[in-house]
Amino acid sequence: MNIIVFIKQVPETTEVKINPETNTLIREGVTSIINPFDMYAIEEGLRVREAKGGRVTVITMGPPQAEAALRQCIAMGVDEVVLLSDRVFAGSDTLATSYTLSCAVRKIKDFDLIICGKQASDGDTAQVGPGIAQHLNIPFVTYVRKIEEIPEDRKSIRVEKMVDEGYEVREMKLPALITVVKEINEPRLESLRGKLNAKKAQIPVWTFSDMEMDKERLGLDGSPTQVIKIFTPQPREAGEIFEGEAEDCVNKLVEKMKENKIV
Amino acid sequence: MSIKVINDKCTGCRICISACPLDAIKVENKLAVIDLDKCNLCGACISSCKSGAIAIEKKQAKVANKEEYKGVWVFAEQRNGEIDTVSYELLGEGRKLADKLQEELAAVLVGDGIRKEAGKLTAHGADKVYVVDNPGLKEYQDSSYSKALFSLVQRHKPSIILGGATTIGRSLLPKLAVMLPTGLTADCTGLEIDNEKKLLLQTRPAFGGNIMATIICPDYRPQMATVRPRVMKKLPEDPSRKGEIIEEEVQFVKRDMMTKVVDVVKDETIHVNLQDAEIIVSGGRGLKAPENFKLIRELADALGGAVGSSRAAVDAGWIPYSHQVGQTGKTTAPKIYFACGISGAIQHQVGMRTADVIIAINKDPQAPIFQIATYGIVGDLFQVIPALIKKFKEVL
Ligand SMILES: Cc1cc2nc3c(=O)[nH]c(=O)nc-3n(C[C@H](O)[C@H](O)[C@H](O)COP(=O)(O)OP(=O)(O)OC[C@H]3O[C@@H](n4cnc5c(N)ncnc54)[C@H](O)[C@@H]3O)c2cc1C
Repeated sequence: MNIIVFIKQVPETTEVKINPETNTLIREGVTSIINPFDMYAIEEGLRVREAKGGRVTVITMGPPQAEAALRQCIAMGVDEVVLLSDRVFAGSDTLATSYTLSCAVRKIKDFDLIICGKQASDGDTAQVGPGIAQHLNIPFVTYVRKIEEIPEDRKSIRVEKMVDEGYEVREMKLPALITVVKEINEPRLESLRGKLNAKKAQIPVWTFSDMEMDKERLGLDGSPTQVIKIFTPQPREAGEIFEGEAEDCVNKLVEKMKENKIV
Repeated sequence: MSIKVINDKCTGCRICISACPLDAIKVENKLAVIDLDKCNLCGACISSCKSGAIAIEKKQAKVANKEEYKGVWVFAEQRNGEIDTVSYELLGEGRKLADKLQEELAAVLVGDGIRKEAGKLTAHGADKVYVVDNPGLKEYQDSSYSKALFSLVQRHKPSIILGGATTIGRSLLPKLAVMLPTGLTADCTGLEIDNEKKLLLQTRPAFGGNIMATIICPDYRPQMATVRPRVMKKLPEDPSRKGEIIEEEVQFVKRDMMTKVVDVVKDETIHVNLQDAEIIVSGGRGLKAPENFKLIRELADALGGAVGSSRAAVDAGWIPYSHQVGQTGKTTAPKIYFACGISGAIQHQVGMRTADVIIAINKDPQAPIFQIATYGIVGDLFQVIPALIKKFKEVL
């Protein structure tokens, strides 16, 4: 099984603030981590490899610093990593990003399964996984909480997809793409040997000229959406606090709720 | 595509220097200079510049005649033939947008044997309902449903398409957006039409709700957005409202069914319908022991609400993960949210702070939850909750 896992490097915290003077995000001193949801994708890739054999390749698109995320993947035990980095990729929205990532898959050609995290913790869009699948015209299932089976012939996969009332068991042909949720596994820690490997690894970087791609569909030019404004949400107004005997407080609370027609 | 400083407008004020996350700007001879090797076109400097002196020039995309695209569409999500509430909420919002644009509001209903439901969509505000009724559409599949929508978009060219930010909407619309191709904004909580250019202004939370962003899709059509459930208001149902119901033919072949549903398992421990609940009673580490969740359950039952929890309670193994509210759990927007023995960490808040009314019960008056609570009781939950249960049983 050749497995490709896509990851994204994101700020460690979501508690980012806006500089009121410049109206831009304050990024100073915010360290970067692998998107927490992608950790489950990496782990699942490793588990499939351990069960079925094959290779796990982790790919990310980002600035040169994103290399650090890939080293962490090597330390977890993946076989290969690729960094897609080029100025022409800058400013990509989910359409351009999924196109760029799909071009990397086309270059690799030989793959059975693509795994993505359910969404990234900075943008929270969940759109890139399905986007890649569509660019490649392969089947996909989102919100996978378990891989039930990959039969011996490795031509199909059966997974459990979280839905509103429980889960669905779905089957599709390989090659295919899944996006995974937190319930699927418990990501492993980096091993000592992995860390050593990570340290000395050369991280391959693919630029525009390394892949077959249409320049018009990349980066800002290839991105239909534009962010025109960012702002801090209105804080909630602090309300009324009751203190004292439990019963008194409860009576006052319920009075208030009645008064304001909440109950 | 390039970024440039408009020298006539630049005042050399240096604000852009601190705005640039990549240190790519300096000021020389009282003019900003951008180092193109460092710049990644994030646009931070543009929004910081008070004199409008920095511009990104983007190649105009080659999209078909924008003016041909008219009307607001709502993807009417249905499950087992029953239309999901989110579809009515989107029609309520879509009605406002369509009126503002003076264009039509249409719903698109896709499924098997669902034609009879179309009237409910006109009763909730749709001028038209496009129905694709086909036995092949009995079970939801991204591939077949997106084909149905794709065909209809090609035929009728809507300007805007809205879908629910549900498990279905958030896989169907990303696929459709790539097929068309066009832009898609995920999980919007605010929609508006801009007066001048008639563009859809799509506002959504990012960074777990700590930041809001407004996004447009100026050069591609349709403009697409998924919209968070329970944020928009539906219109009261008016069965006397009339609309046009149009049946559409779409041919499906085997290749359009890319996945197969083998089994559907209803599982209460996996799924707790927190997103739909009007009242949620949540418990946290303050409950001290798993058996004390019965207090929370009792209060929820008295109010007809659902049970939620903080991550601390889930991590302690007191309650299944499916109940977790917050950044790594569920995002909820109930009418009333009770936080009992929950401190109100930011990661918890992002999952509940859009509730209409927040009621906090905590023995620590300094707990951050009180800063966002509509009402709070400072006290021991083991006394307060039983008193609440008793009181609600009396008054309700
Ligand atoms: C990446 C990341 C993601 C996270 N995602 C989530 C998430 O999705 N959801 C989430 O909830 N958390 C999340 N967290 C964890 C979060 O930061 C908090 O640790 C967690 O919410 C705390 O839960 P708690 O309020 O129940 O516990 P505590 O913070 O321990 O608070 C317990 C509260 O109970 C009160 N209390 C104790 N005894 C009583 C009593 N007898 N009567 C009344 N009050 C009492 C205390 O005063 C205290 O305020 C996340 C953290 C990280 C780092």
